[in-house]
Amino acid sequence: MDELLRPTQHGLYCPAGDFFVDPSRPVHRAVVSHAHADHARWGCRSYLAAKPSEQLLRLRMNADATFHFLPYGEKETVGEVKISFHPAGHILGSSQIRIEHRGRVALVTGDYKLGDDPTCETWEPVDCDLLITESTFGLPIYRWEPSATIFASINQWWRESQAAEKCCVIYGYAVGKSQHLLAGLDPSIGPIFTHGAVEKANDAYRRSGVDLPETTHVGSVEGKPNWQGAMVVAVPSAHGTPWMRKFGRVSTAMASGWMAIRGNRRRRSVDRGFVLSDHVDWESLLKAVELCDPETVWVTHGSSAVVARYLNEQGRDAKVLDGQLRREGDEDESAKSEAES
Amino acid sequence: MIRFANLYGELDSTTKTNEKISAMANYFASVEPADAAWATYFLCGSKLRRLVPTKLLRKWAAEEAGIPDWLFDESYQSVGDLAETISLVVPPGEIRDDASLSSWVAERMHPLGKMEEPEQRQAVIEIWRQSSPAMRLVTMKLITGAFRIGVSKRLLTRAIASHSGIPTEAVAHRLMGDWEPTAEFYQRVIDDSVDATLPSQPYPFCLAHPLDPEEGPAPLGNVDQYLVEWKWDGIRGQVIRREDSTYIWSRGEELMENRWPEIESAGAQLPNGVVLDGEILAATVEGEVLPFAQLQRRIGRKKVGKKLLTEVPVVFHAFDLLECEGRDLRDQPLADRRAQLEEIVQQADHPNLRATELINNTSWDEFAKTRESSREHRAEGLMLKRKDAAYDVGRVKGTWWKWKTDPFTIDAVLIYAQKGHGRRASLFSDYTFALWQDGSLVPFAKAYSGLTDAEIRKVDRFIRQNTNDSFGPVRSVTPELVMEVAFEGLQRSSRHKSGVATRFPRIVRWRHDKQPDDANSLADLMEMMPD
Repeated sequence: MDELLRPTQHGLYCPAGDFFVDPSRPVHRAVVSHAHADHARWGCRSYLAAKPSEQLLRLRMNADATFHFLPYGEKETVGEVKISFHPAGHILGSSQIRIEHRGRVALVTGDYKLGDDPTCETWEPVDCDLLITESTFGLPIYRWEPSATIFASINQWWRESQAAEKCCVIYGYAVGKSQHLLAGLDPSIGPIFTHGAVEKANDAYRRSGVDLPETTHVGSVEGKPNWQGAMVVAVPSAHGTPWMRKFGRVSTAMASGWMAIRGNRRRRSVDRGFVLSDHVDWESLLKAVELCDPETVWVTHGSSAVVARYLNEQGRDAKVLDGQLRREGDEDESAKSEAES
Repeated sequence: MIRFANLYGELDSTTKTNEKISAMANYFASVEPADAAWATYFLCGSKLRRLVPTKLLRKWAAEEAGIPDWLFDESYQSVGDLAETISLVVPPGEIRDDASLSSWVAERMHPLGKMEEPEQRQAVIEIWRQSSPAMRLVTMKLITGAFRIGVSKRLLTRAIASHSGIPTEAVAHRLMGDWEPTAEFYQRVIDDSVDATLPSQPYPFCLAHPLDPEEGPAPLGNVDQYLVEWKWDGIRGQVIRREDSTYIWSRGEELMENRWPEIESAGAQLPNGVVLDGEILAATVEGEVLPFAQLQRRIGRKKVGKKLLTEVPVVFHAFDLLECEGRDLRDQPLADRRAQLEEIVQQADHPNLRATELINNTSWDEFAKTRESSREHRAEGLMLKRKDAAYDVGRVKGTWWKWKTDPFTIDAVLIYAQKGHGRRASLFSDYTFALWQDGSLVPFAKAYSGLTDAEIRKVDRFIRQNTNDSFGPVRSVTPELVMEVAFEGLQRSSRHKSGVATRFPRIVRWRHDKQPDDANSLADLMEMMPD
């Protein structure tokens, strides 16, 4: 299988096509699963990605690079291999990358989730021989609730905070999580404001045709509005900064899969933690493996050792990829939040 | 039970005192007295005796979740809390009924302790299948005796006071000592019409505030306004003489029966209606205080043998008088209480009961010198108490100050690390430190506290990048980080590789300026050893 993909210091390399998949350093040719910084490295000479990620990638990558975008499902020949992109359900434009060489198929999931998310296309299984899967939440302690349930409790918190004359501030990563959140908020409760980084990504989403509720950039607000009862969507790094002062009495919340663990909730020192993730949980990871039905699985980025061991015990050939890839891969928030933020 | 689980959730999700108090007050107002009694019991930190071995709970949880044992253990390592791991790993159940907290305890928890294993397994799994993850977290914490929540007894007392209208001090007093969590008990706590104290009931302890060592006692004002005595390193206790019986209570509100026969015999010499506050010290009747290590030999012994009684005698060093002739004296100024205390101790005339020695100096500077000699006296420093102050409940600022000696400190190298628990689960935050001996590093102390969250994250990253070996959850790391470790005392120990045990080790600062070679040696540590 190594002639198809090879772990290197710069990330997964495909010798038959001479490109890197989600490189960890600037390279000549990058094939990119989605626009998060730990997958789309700034400074590459050329990027190949799925069409729906165009707005986000152009927003975040160096302008002097060459970009090439492919619609989902369309095959393109690169060197001796055929590449195509398939929805991963993680954020807008996120893809699983299918690489075919002499009848063998490798699939790199990038980051993915199986649930419904109106801001991006839903994950779909792809038959493959080699599956390279992320395992950020690859432990049976992670079990996501249906998004309707999660959003019901977020909107409930908004109503209660409004009744207590507070302003809600919810933290999520600027690209992806924030828009997933926005799509689930009930705009009939009150006005929605956004942090600058969030609003930039909102623009890219809207330009791509994603329907989001009306939002106002906090920085563009003039005068002294009444923030009571409003919802502010902000990046996690804004927590505890002077920027927060203007909102007066606030109730704060963090939206992340890590909030499933009480210790993480407490360490964040936010009032509420909502378990809203854009990654697969334990059950859906196993389901994805079953549906793609690969001969071999390489597990990366997270609880890779645990997932690989479990899959092996279930009779599937699986191994850990992290040791060979230069990526800060550990099961824990400290590594993750920096990588994803 | 749903309501109690919600209360737990509310308390857990806020750090604000007022929100905690109002969450508890609302709960107390909305439940039956029997439930309020059990909630009070658990929130006080009292536990059910262990009902099911945790080993079995782990096994059943893995079976119920359909995962191998090793995977459950991995999950536990990541979460850092058994009850929480169970609540997350086991598939969510369906809530069947909303039985009350007290009926849960009586019908679903207590009986577990008497069951055989298969029956027990069935009952536990039934609990899991009939509870949401939030409820399961709380029930498992209760069953494993790991129920802890960031609520002090003081906050709980204020919540009960606010919902019942009984003064806080009265509630605090009624919650002291041994009581059974029954509806009658709770009704007595919130009943304004009766004097609800029992003969054995102790008073809430007054606690001292640490004095800022940089600032010293100068800001406290005139030296004449204070009584000064040694701060002893023993066991804080209350000796109660009422209705011809003697009760000795620890600060942890444990009734210590048959543990201190010398003090019980001294108590028998006191008139009825007397309560003394003081320190149990290992000491000869001539007054020489023995090292804490000696007292430790008696701590935890339920029955004390003759040999130990001769080798390690104890003396109650009384420093306050809370009740005399059955009257509560706590409102009187300390100077008056002290005068009466001395009189009572003198009249009792028993070798194992003394009043603490007062130290008389005319300036804070002189006291500073006295404090420096604390270790020679086997004291931890000085206590400064306002002469005109009443006996407060809890840690009220401004009346009692502890002015401790500077701790011992030593520069040591971090060699092992382990993930923490609770707030620090999944971060490497528990460290083992080592000192040099003949060119190798010998572990001598474990320390958990002292670094900021930001520093912990940095150390965490270092550990992940510099792990050389793992033994179970313990990582062995490249010896590079040097930290200044402080501790209160030292004693020889055959159980430690280094041959020394330290008391209360903690990190003072991260010595970025030092290389591992600059760290201290075990010989340096040995030099600090008293005696």
